[in-house]
Amino acid sequence: MIPELGHFALILALLVAAVQAVVPLVGAWRGHGGMMAVARPAAFVQLTLVAIAFAALTYAYLVSDFSVLNVVENSHSAKPWLYKLTGVWGNHEGSMLLWILMLALFGAMVAGFGRNLPVSLKARVLAIQGLIGLGFLLFILATSNPFLRVDPAPLDGNDLNPLLQDPGLAFHPPMLYFGYVGFSMAFSFAIAALIEGRVDAAWARWVRPWTLVAWCGLTAGIALGSWWAYYELGWGGWWFWDPVENASFMPWLTGTALLHSAMVVEKRDTLKSWTILLAIVTFGLSLLGTFLVRSGVLTSVHAFAVDPARGLFILILLALTVGGALTLFAVRAPRLRGGGLFAPISREGGLVLNNLLLSTAALTVFLGTLYPLFMEVAGGGRISVGPPYFNAVFLPLAIPLVAAMAVGPLLAWKRADLAGALGRLWAAALATAIVVLASLFLVSGAPVFALVGIALAAWAFFGALVELAERVRLFRVPLGASWQRLKGLPRSAFGLTLAHAGLGIAIAGMVGTEMFKEETVVLMAPGDSTEIAGMPVTFEGVSRVEGPNYLADQGRLTAVVDGEAVTLLPEKRFYPVAAMPTTEAAIHTTWFYDVYVALGEPREDGRWSVRLWHHPLVPWIWIGAATMVAGGLVSLSDRRLRVGVPAKRRQPSAQPAPAE
Amino acid sequence: MRRFLILSAWLIAIGAGPGMALEPEERMADPALEARALDLYAELRCVVCQNNSLLDSPSQIAADMRAVVRDRLLAGDGDAEIRAYLVDRYGDFVLLEPPFNPGTLALWLAPLVVLVAAGGLIAWRIARRPARPEPDPLTPEERAAVEALLERRRGDETPDGGGAR
Amino acid sequence: MRWFLYALPGLAFAALIVWVAIPLVRGDDPSDLPSALIDQAAPATDLPGLPGRGPGFTTADLGGEVMLVNVFASWCVPCLAEHPVLTRLAAEEGLTIHAINYRDAPDDALAWLGRHGDPFARIGSDPEGRAGIDWGITGVPETFVIDAAGRVRFRFAGPVMPEIAAERILPLVEALR
Repeated sequence: MIPELGHFALILALLVAAVQAVVPLVGAWRGHGGMMAVARPAAFVQLTLVAIAFAALTYAYLVSDFSVLNVVENSHSAKPWLYKLTGVWGNHEGSMLLWILMLALFGAMVAGFGRNLPVSLKARVLAIQGLIGLGFLLFILATSNPFLRVDPAPLDGNDLNPLLQDPGLAFHPPMLYFGYVGFSMAFSFAIAALIEGRVDAAWARWVRPWTLVAWCGLTAGIALGSWWAYYELGWGGWWFWDPVENASFMPWLTGTALLHSAMVVEKRDTLKSWTILLAIVTFGLSLLGTFLVRSGVLTSVHAFAVDPARGLFILILLALTVGGALTLFAVRAPRLRGGGLFAPISREGGLVLNNLLLSTAALTVFLGTLYPLFMEVAGGGRISVGPPYFNAVFLPLAIPLVAAMAVGPLLAWKRADLAGALGRLWAAALATAIVVLASLFLVSGAPVFALVGIALAAWAFFGALVELAERVRLFRVPLGASWQRLKGLPRSAFGLTLAHAGLGIAIAGMVGTEMFKEETVVLMAPGDSTEIAGMPVTFEGVSRVEGPNYLADQGRLTAVVDGEAVTLLPEKRFYPVAAMPTTEAAIHTTWFYDVYVALGEPREDGRWSVRLWHHPLVPWIWIGAATMVAGGLVSLSDRRLRVGVPAKRRQPSAQPAPAE
Repeated sequence: MRRFLILSAWLIAIGAGPGMALEPEERMADPALEARALDLYAELRCVVCQNNSLLDSPSQIAADMRAVVRDRLLAGDGDAEIRAYLVDRYGDFVLLEPPFNPGTLALWLAPLVVLVAAGGLIAWRIARRPARPEPDPLTPEERAAVEALLERRRGDETPDGGGAR
Repeated sequence: MRWFLYALPGLAFAALIVWVAIPLVRGDDPSDLPSALIDQAAPATDLPGLPGRGPGFTTADLGGEVMLVNVFASWCVPCLAEHPVLTRLAAEEGLTIHAINYRDAPDDALAWLGRHGDPFARIGSDPEGRAGIDWGITGVPETFVIDAAGRVRFRFAGPVMPEIAAERILPLVEALR
């Protein structure tokens, strides 16, 4: 009964989406207030219906309703309830339902919070959002219906892939989708603006909060995925340039560029067509990512059940959505006339450089991911494009980007004094030099590249602090005055500091673990000792443990970390229902490094192969990412952004351009 | 069918040994050769996995390929020769770093070309715009008035205040 | 010029869609790795035979007529599925089929052949899997078609089911003869 309710809700949602897509658009075209007013309630109703459908599927999973085919294929009665819940989105159909839930959520949020939007713009934005929802609801109902019944119902299900039965993975897809799909809002705003034929500072002000919300979600989603891969896959890797990872990274790169170029539109009324294009491209990359994971066109450890028919449907959706958008862009964008001029050395110039490097990086990742496919179609045989390529082409772009990131915020709008800005960064340069020297001292034989990475991380971090110090005129006015200034700063100023400093922290973590990690693999009998990074580790033995739906060999090791004895319990699990083994590493995390232990195979003589790693600074990767997300959230809490409307006094001269 | 076999082989293997999949017995005695071996493992792709290198792959074929790498290292082959040995048998697919040849020219050069082209386009657009006349500098009275205005704004509690430069 | 710049994203996107649609519509399987040995001389192979069964398999056994080389193992379930097809090919079509016994204990292989029949001419024992790598295999079973000059002309990865034999292997064999 409940699944049928969910199914019915989806069909209703489809109808509502159709109404939401068509009526307000016609209304905006005709200037008919009543028709435009349909958008807001339609968005709310759509969210309600999709939420009902999602709740219905969740219910079916939680009670293990095995008459629903989707539940049979992906769940099992012995699974812990948390993984029954996360199993809802651990498969293709359920995750598509999550997708449209996020889509509807963003539509409803704009309908609810966008009270100050001009009526016609709001109507168009929600209509476009509804149009996208229409496409995906059609896709779900036609090819990926999660509510299909199976008769007779089996006694139990097939269980979820054990790799996915994990708390980290509980939050990774919702966060990721929140980000991915959230960029649909920027897309809708862009299309609406093209239809209206007007992009102005007000539009940029409305777009930025929604883009920032999506960006926070995507950053968190990617970081969670990386963290999950690190502790679950068993060897401490956190990024593999796998096609599906790249599929989430590309919209992140262009989304970051979009955040920054929207600033230029808002403050200086220029870079309009470029920003519109970025909004289209970012969501287009999200759609492309959705396509790549589900179509079977690329191999990936990540890919969902592969079905070319579904892939074709999504490809058509992608073609219509983005193709339509880009056609509209080609026709309407030339009419968008920019205003502000700026010198090459200026904050605008810096943001243009930021956009140039981020976009080129996104293109690079795109090319690397899809090139094997291109070559095959062109008959060129099969090649692989792996981490060596991506590292070789991405890092040369990332380095100047991060280096410029410290300087950019110190440049003035319109025309800036580069030498002056660099001069003000002397403190950051000094701090960077100290850090590099300290690293040289602490770690002998550090490769040059590692030192460059550490320098970059330190430069980014201290540069962000210097920027904040500059805002409060630290040491140039009395400390009390600086404190007053600090208290009066808009929240977005702290958002900037947190976001940029966070990136520095994350880079430090990446460099630390990639360049300075130590690893060893040994055969150990109970009682044997070895050491990793100077820390003694004793192997005590292996015992059998039972989990709710698995059996495991659990190893017990004691490591002496910072003078304290730490117990590490790596496991090798076997999930009988899925007939799948997994390896659970034991990780001891401190603020500065991880000790990572994984159990291998036993030998006939009773010894076990044990792998040990020392990962310096690896927790900083996720601390840095969390700091970046915090920065985004802090910025969002800035009243100016949330109000979402420019101040009623619109004289440009009296209004100071708040530097952010 | 074959996909099933490969998938099951991989799934069985992933339990057979966690990745960074080297077993202790696979360590080489000579540290220089061991270092070269590790680098080579990281550059070569496991042909039965999805995007794993030989270093990360727990499958049997990957272990066999690692053994081949070790044999060739002990036989005195150079890194390029070892790569070529495996390319002869499995094609360019086995190299995680795509080769540089006419087919992959676009792949390797595109980032640089795009960067330069886009940068050039931007520079051209900026240079093309008409120069604006410099505004007259502020008189001392005007400057004082502006400073006073800015100071007052900075002292405001409103979110709009502060941070102006 | 300006018009072109604005239209460029759309045009590039259209090209992308077409390019990506082709493998999708064709139904390509990205995990299918084509053999690097096609049209080249068969890899140098010198494998000992199974105990008590006679000489092993070397490259000298190839050439002179069209032959098949089958890579199998006793622990491999699909190999069992294709075995009757191979047996029929050897008996009815007069095809010489050599085999490489991949990563198998020779006794197990002999027992398996005893139970299910032995259609093979020469069998080479490859317990370490090195010959398998030389032939570029990615799993078992795999079957190669070798022409009279000793060159590899075709590789099929997976069990040779009757349709595969009828549609892909036999026509090629006929053409090469």
